[in-house]
Amino acid sequence: MAFSNDEVLAGLAELITDETGIDASEVALEKSFTDDLDIDSISMMTIVVNAEEKFGVTIPDDEVKNLKTVGDAVSFIVAGQE
Amino acid sequence: MTKRIVVTGIGATSALGGTAPENWANLLAGVSGTHTLTHDWIETYQIPVTFAAEASVRPEEVLPRHEAKRLDPSVQFALIAAREAWEDAGAPEVAPERLGVDWATGIGGLWTLLDAWDTLREKGPRRVMPLTVPMLMPNAGAGNLSLQFGAKAYARSVVSACASSTESIANAFDHLQEGLADVVIAGGAESAIHPITMASFASAQALSRRNDDPEHASRPGAIDRDGFVMGEGGAALVLETLEHALARGAKIYAEIVGGGVSADAHHITANDPTGAGATRAVEQALAQAGATPDEVTHINAHATSTPVGDPNEYEALKNVFGDRITEIPVSATKASTGHLLGGTGALEAVFTILALRDRVAPPTINMTEPDPAVPFKLSGEPQPLGDGPQLAISNSFGFGGHNAVVAIRSYDG
Repeated sequence: MAFSNDEVLAGLAELITDETGIDASEVALEKSFTDDLDIDSISMMTIVVNAEEKFGVTIPDDEVKNLKTVGDAVSFIVAGQE
Repeated sequence: MTKRIVVTGIGATSALGGTAPENWANLLAGVSGTHTLTHDWIETYQIPVTFAAEASVRPEEVLPRHEAKRLDPSVQFALIAAREAWEDAGAPEVAPERLGVDWATGIGGLWTLLDAWDTLREKGPRRVMPLTVPMLMPNAGAGNLSLQFGAKAYARSVVSACASSTESIANAFDHLQEGLADVVIAGGAESAIHPITMASFASAQALSRRNDDPEHASRPGAIDRDGFVMGEGGAALVLETLEHALARGAKIYAEIVGGGVSADAHHITANDPTGAGATRAVEQALAQAGATPDEVTHINAHATSTPVGDPNEYEALKNVFGDRITEIPVSATKASTGHLLGGTGALEAVFTILALRDRVAPPTINMTEPDPAVPFKLSGEPQPLGDGPQLAISNSFGFGGHNAVVAIRSYDG
């Protein structure tokens, strides 16, 4: 069963809160991981590894640098499920 | 060495409570922190010792989840104890370049390491979290405290098994004397009630086997003692030069007046039965204090409740104090707290500081019949120390042949 955009966003927000303490309501599609949410590279990799497990997708290391915003990550994960 | 170094803040978390005052109150009340463990792993792995002195306040009850999950439990205890000590000291204003950290652990990030190993084997390398190494490294405590409090003078780690955090306090004393900092956060923490350590210490015949009576298992100096009890937690001191403390009007608990560190070069686990190494550590601490053995009014003994360790310590102290050793009020507080390994010396330093402030040696619970080979002046009740100036020593000895002693004076202005 594939996750919808909204489900991936909500799941990602949970992982971000868990890792950084940022309130889930702060996590929105247009937010930049680095500039808006102040997530460092170590936390980003932790979130990526947890997202792979949660959504059953693979996010190659080379791809992580292209995921600038939460929306980029949601799109990649949703597409990756197919 | 001419500077006076004082204690202006204390913090502690252990089986006796989540704060220093709570620890002290329960220690004086004769509470035992040791209980039967309820973890599945006791049964799963058939661990032969089924009890320990677990911290009464779990770190995850105190720290936000996102903070806790980035720190090994040993560092969670470190942060909790150090924050308490820092607040207790009145969050001193000090230039970052004049604030140092001397922190200790005996074992380090054991849980992090072994959890990551399980993850690697079960789920593969991709699931091994990027923070694994910075969480398990033994300097994680020092590094995280430096980060937390903005300490830029230095952040040093000492690892000497069960002597670790007494040594960290001795080092902090030296560092302040050398002028490397004006204020230092010192202490140590441990979280090692894990099936691996329980199995290893049990194999070494080091742990008490009183599975049917855990509360009374740790009984230092008693004729029927049969080993130590695993504990966990941490304790922290804020130390500063007297000049710095007076300038900011800080409350002063006590004065650290000396530290002694020596090595046995005898055996990797057994103490030197002559006590020579421990004797030298005590003598060094007193020499640094400019004191004679006659001035010592209280001793917090290492006294882990092992059959061989307790009489060895007695021999070492007899070398220094002669026959007077049987007249000095001694406390063996591991009877209540269990053995915090790398955190134990700092916790016992906190107890020693409070003993001098309140002029009372805390009780040593669980005495059945005193062992004639360990004739320390122990009591199941608090022992009054009298109104006069006090000088105490707190001893710690560790696997590897490490001996560490700190000398502490009451502060009476």
